[in-house]
Amino acid sequence: MRWALEDGWTLTQRYLAQLARRPARLATVVAFPILMVLIFAYLLGGGMSVPGGGSYREFLMPGMFAMTMAFGLSGTMIAVLDDAAKGVTDRFRSLPMAPSAVLTGRVAADLVNAVLALAVLLGCGFAVGWRPHGSLGETLAALGLLLLLRTALVFAGIYLGLLTSDPAMVTLAQTLEFPFGFLSSAFVATSTMPAWLGTVAEWNPLSSTVTAARVLFGNPGAAGQSWVSAHAVVMAVVWPLVLLAVFVPLSVRRYRRLGN
Amino acid sequence: MTPQIHAEGLRKRYGDAYALDGFDLSVPAGTLCGLLGPNGAGKTTAVRVLSTLSRHDGGVARVAGFDVVTESAKVRSSIGLVGQQAAVDELLSGRQNLVLFGRLHHLGRREAARRADDLLERFGLAETGPKPVSAYSGGMRRRLDLAASLLATPRVLFLDEPTTGLDPRSRIEVWRAVRSLVADGATVLLTTQYLEEADQLADRISLVEHGRVIAEGTPAQLKGSLGATRIELAVTDPDALGSATALLARVTGAEPVTEELRVSAPAAASVLTDVVRELAAAELTVADVALRHPTLDEVFLQLTGKAEVAR
Repeated sequence: MRWALEDGWTLTQRYLAQLARRPARLATVVAFPILMVLIFAYLLGGGMSVPGGGSYREFLMPGMFAMTMAFGLSGTMIAVLDDAAKGVTDRFRSLPMAPSAVLTGRVAADLVNAVLALAVLLGCGFAVGWRPHGSLGETLAALGLLLLLRTALVFAGIYLGLLTSDPAMVTLAQTLEFPFGFLSSAFVATSTMPAWLGTVAEWNPLSSTVTAARVLFGNPGAAGQSWVSAHAVVMAVVWPLVLLAVFVPLSVRRYRRLGN
Repeated sequence: MTPQIHAEGLRKRYGDAYALDGFDLSVPAGTLCGLLGPNGAGKTTAVRVLSTLSRHDGGVARVAGFDVVTESAKVRSSIGLVGQQAAVDELLSGRQNLVLFGRLHHLGRREAARRADDLLERFGLAETGPKPVSAYSGGMRRRLDLAASLLATPRVLFLDEPTTGLDPRSRIEVWRAVRSLVADGATVLLTTQYLEEADQLADRISLVEHGRVIAEGTPAQLKGSLGATRIELAVTDPDALGSATALLARVTGAEPVTEELRVSAPAAASVLTDVVRELAAAELTVADVALRHPTLDEVFLQLTGKAEVAR
């Protein structure tokens, strides 16, 4: 147990050292959402209306936070595939280290990444006029839910990364992230979509986190008619837990069975 | 002495094909065993099973006295592995890589740093140690990879084609490093498709084909299995071939074999002076007189009976 934690920490430090060598890597993670914020806030925002009224930028930012967390999935996949392709994973597996550390180290590293990305985006949000209006506790709870979603998707990314050795799968995952991101309440209210599509979007796990963040931040546009959006905060806990319940055992099993 | 690497009847199946099919191997402590064979012969699979990376379907394998399946953690504490790629983190410096892997070997922080510096020095990487690995040459990466496998002073070292893709100078650097490891008492299993490499480094060679060892022995024994040395005469004038053949038959007392403008017969090295004297006495002009040792290539070709060998 002691080694599981220590080895996990050693691998987290490896990531921090990588980040210190290539700070530009973090920039590529946050450049895209910042660009999206600018496009939606300034280019398209004028034509957007928030149901129930309120500022579109205030509506948009929780969506951007959640989308950035979700799009981290392909980043995790890339890191896992890269280590496998370079033989680094095999080297880890030939060492007397705790096998769980390869997974926990990856999770910790990606969460560090997520926290940094979130910090940059919060700054970006403040710059375009977004503010959290809830209590400190509610604000922290919202950030916690965002990181919970990211954690669940790190395990999904690890599993998918271990499943394949084909870099084309990363491109596929990156492509699929877009419908996943847009078919949600991140950019527009689901009530503006055709009814059936709105329902699909509301049941998208990403929407639960987005809506929950809007509720907790006190941002507009959170109100939804359906059951799933009325219980967004609960669902923003349930969805990631379901994903974790699926992908933690899958990725652990997959890692153990590498080489068989 | 108990062998440090011991495999008996190893079988490993991928789909319908057996990558290992009754693979036997025994490597005594402090020796270097060369695993020689063409691509796809099962060399890498054998290394992966012995280094606990892959699980075999049948047979028994023990490394450093431990079973690779039931005592895999103890095996991992006793081995070093250098795979076909230089498995190092490109973004980190050479020194950071070594400290990282040292920490994962559960060396203390200070001990890991000390070992890292020692090994950088030993492999001629002291100056490049602080630079990111992405700036290293192929040979430097290989040496760093080798250094990374030695952090915990392993008793058994697996080197899977450690010089593939290296230029001749880097290859000689790696050979030198491997020799010094064996001199320090390590037991090494080295796979290669270069016959010269096995000939240069190995105490004993196992020839692998279709997932099993088809011949085993010292390089000299394997070459000896082809028969003795041969004396070969080459002529430029086809008319002289007959008299050269007759002369060689008379002096060596063996049946010469003719091939184009060359003729050869099995003979001990001491017979060479007699051949030269007779050539002078007969005033026979030849293009070349040579004493030829059988090469491992010939051994390999003869044993496998195929021309699909590398090189």
